[in-house]
Amino acid sequence: MPDLLLELFSEEIPARMQAGAARDLERLMVGALTDRGYLFEGIKAFAGPRRLTLAIAGLPAKQSDVREELKGPKTDAPQAALDGFLKKTGLSKDQLKVEKTAKGDVYMAVVERKGRETPHVLAEIIPEAMAKLPWPKSMRWKPGLAVRWVRPLHSILCTFDGELVPFSFAGVSSGTHTRGHRFLSEGKIEAKRFDDYAQKLKAAHVVLEAEERAAIIFEGIKQAAFVHGLEMIPDEGLLAEVCGLAEWPVVYVGTIQNEFMDVPAEILQTSMRTHQKYFSLRDPKTGKMANRFALVANMIAKDGGKEIVAGNERVLRARLSDAKFFWDEDRKHSLGSRVEKLKGIVFHAKLGTQFERVERIEKLAGEIAGKIGADMEKSKRAARLAKADLTTGVVGEFPELQGVMGRYYALHDKEDAAVADAVRDHYKPVGPSDAAPADKVSIAVALADKLDALTSFFAAGEKPTGSGDPFALRRAALGIIRILLENKVRYPLKLESDLLSFFADRLKVAIKEKGVRHDLIDAVFSLGNEDDLVRLVARVEALQGFLKSDDGANLLAGYKRAANILKAEEKKDGKTFISEVSEKLLTEQAEKSLFAALTKARAAITAALAKEDFVAAMQQMASLRVPVDSFFEDVKVNADDRSVRENRLSLLASLRATLHQVADFSRIEG
Amino acid sequence: MAKARTFQDLILTLQNYWAAQGCLILQPYDDQMGAGTFHPATTLRALGPRPWNAAFVQPSRRPSDGRYGENPNRLQHYYQYQVILKPAPENVQELYLGSIRAIGLDPNLHDIRFVEDDWESPTLGAAGLGWEVWCDGMEITQFTYFQQVGGIECDPVCAEITYGLERLAMYVQDVEFVYDLKFNDQFRYGEVFHQNEQEFSAYNFERADTEILFRHFQDAEKQCRELLTGPASGGEQNKKALPLPAYDQCIKASHAFNLLDARGVISVTERAAYIGRVRALAQACCEAWLQTPMGEYRPRFADKDAG
Repeated sequence: MPDLLLELFSEEIPARMQAGAARDLERLMVGALTDRGYLFEGIKAFAGPRRLTLAIAGLPAKQSDVREELKGPKTDAPQAALDGFLKKTGLSKDQLKVEKTAKGDVYMAVVERKGRETPHVLAEIIPEAMAKLPWPKSMRWKPGLAVRWVRPLHSILCTFDGELVPFSFAGVSSGTHTRGHRFLSEGKIEAKRFDDYAQKLKAAHVVLEAEERAAIIFEGIKQAAFVHGLEMIPDEGLLAEVCGLAEWPVVYVGTIQNEFMDVPAEILQTSMRTHQKYFSLRDPKTGKMANRFALVANMIAKDGGKEIVAGNERVLRARLSDAKFFWDEDRKHSLGSRVEKLKGIVFHAKLGTQFERVERIEKLAGEIAGKIGADMEKSKRAARLAKADLTTGVVGEFPELQGVMGRYYALHDKEDAAVADAVRDHYKPVGPSDAAPADKVSIAVALADKLDALTSFFAAGEKPTGSGDPFALRRAALGIIRILLENKVRYPLKLESDLLSFFADRLKVAIKEKGVRHDLIDAVFSLGNEDDLVRLVARVEALQGFLKSDDGANLLAGYKRAANILKAEEKKDGKTFISEVSEKLLTEQAEKSLFAALTKARAAITAALAKEDFVAAMQQMASLRVPVDSFFEDVKVNADDRSVRENRLSLLASLRATLHQVADFSRIEG
Repeated sequence: MAKARTFQDLILTLQNYWAAQGCLILQPYDDQMGAGTFHPATTLRALGPRPWNAAFVQPSRRPSDGRYGENPNRLQHYYQYQVILKPAPENVQELYLGSIRAIGLDPNLHDIRFVEDDWESPTLGAAGLGWEVWCDGMEITQFTYFQQVGGIECDPVCAEITYGLERLAMYVQDVEFVYDLKFNDQFRYGEVFHQNEQEFSAYNFERADTEILFRHFQDAEKQCRELLTGPASGGEQNKKALPLPAYDQCIKASHAFNLLDARGVISVTERAAYIGRVRALAQACCEAWLQTPMGEYRPRFADKDAG
């Protein structure tokens, strides 16, 4: 079956938009073809600096025929309605059928549409798809035309089964030609089938596929680094970006001047990455950053890259001079002396300045330190210094180095090492792959920083919404959860109820991966008296273990039965039964046994919970299974005697209350 | 393809190159401005349907970039070379690359790239899409397709090419310190401009009288409005709007603001308000410009036929 080849050739497409554009083009074309009844064997889209390409394999040469029945106006409708219908269907009145319906006689038209030749369909749907392609940002460039593309479009190559598909978009008529690399090829290239196209482009120094360009760059850097006894510091984001900046990527290695090598590696790396898009290299033995960098050019230069490398080294020197200047200047003032300057930085319009924030965090960090056994003075000191690096030149230039720079400056000021580490680590964990801080001082400051953000923003009414979380509060809550659980830190959160339920939701996400059931978290959380996450998770895990056992499953079934009976009877009586059981009114053996078992278990569970021995608490619950089962087997709850009935219901209420010491069983599923 | 050896060679080469492409070679505008875009040959001529192709050097003043002559490449006064082509020719990128070849940079020896960089001037209410052009990792040109100027949609769209001349010359001459550039064979750039940088940095940061500047800003704003609408009170009715002199006042207001900003007397919140005031002036000038004979396009002969 025939194939389609489509290439949209333009001026340089922003790297960050290329992959999305390829996906959108594919999606729009699949949609348009499917709507028109097409099936095909395969589709693939490609994107690069100057072109979007789409290849569809096995597309039928003709659309399938369509037979459609259209319902028209009633036979007694005005002439105008009939005329409109005839016009719409392209039929004459004698070609219509009349059909009887509940509402009367209605004209029916049977329209048979012959499947059209595919090239005609393509000529129609491709310009439509192009017009719909949602570029994040696009422009007009043709005088008098509102049509937009990401940058001026120069040519369209479109063939079906090796033949031109003629159409036009933005005044550009489709053809069978394209161009190769801007500098490494000359003239037009004719291509009518995908294989030929890809091959000719490669000969004209264009690698069509982004993945292939990425592989070339990755291998190129690996080998170039190896020659110098080095390895690349992996950077997937940068790799994806540079793939979009070269049609024919060539890796060159340059040298960083020695005078910059005592500037912290993070500064060098960030400067090279953000300004110059260079890859940093390191010594595989020591892990230390090396005085070499890898750059990806779009050119195999005729001098082997000498000029290119020299030019890039020169640009880098200017960049690093700037960075070094900031680094040298910043160290002329201590971090401590910078805290005052935070008065001039607004944190958030409703929440005051960074200085006010630091004051709050300092106080809170001291309190937390006291409760978790961290050094209180060091924690307070670290909190005081935590944000001071926001006033430094390096962080002004590279905001992503906040914290990292603070640690360097703190060490330079001869602050305690734990304080310096906490200045850096209090932002952690910044994402799922980032480690949570483990040192107690860092933990105290990190918790204080995040708790302050959460309570302040919640109090200011700036809660995250379904679609937006501009202050990264979800991340802050998840961070707190990870810090507490990973370090088994016992710290009661003491939160307002809306914030506590926000935490409950985050907690479900956080421990879902560990296979913990979210309904069990709900069941424990809804007791409402638990704000120590470590204890909460221990309880949930013990509960989950118990419910997996035979005893647990049966007890849960017994609980559900008891709860259902209670619910029905409480509704009937219009009152809630509490656990006040009269021993005198117990007549049957089974209810006596249950009462005895409950009395014993209740006290034992209370004691076990007090000791936080959740496994023991579960064992006590297990002891209830047999008496509960026999109770339901032998005892009729709705006894004829009113007081006996109420006493039995109270006994069930006692069972409910006993189990609710551990968790709200009504929230447990299954 | 000999390299442009001196700073003035570089300028002359660009002048000749763009003259050969049919551009008007204009002279710098005689008002202090932050960038070539402020030249009326760009801001105003970018609007309306008349074709326009011009190139010129524009001295650009950015008071807060002053470094007392101590920074290797930051200057409070520097030169831009600006080309404005309306409508943007289809081969405008090729034309630009021709100019790069003309100054002696061989694209087959260097790594020339067009890297996304959209341009926006909040003070002019202008925005466009384009790139910064990289040569071996160095940004040598800003290349923009104007979409909007003075808040007005551009149709046809024009291409604006802006070369930072010192930076480009440093690259071509292989010089790391701007003051070491050869201006010509006798003079270094530093001999011409180093003292200027020292004195003007002191003026911009320390000595400029802020009271006078605030007054200048207000006066310019007032005069600009009057030139566009006639005197606020007691004036004659039906006075003709004068967008060109009015736009001069807009340029002056903008520069006064830049100086005040460098003096550090404008707070963050005020800043946005001042920018908004300049933008309002620019917008009003642009709108008035479109009502004038050169802004509005009337095919002269067709008019007679119609009459």
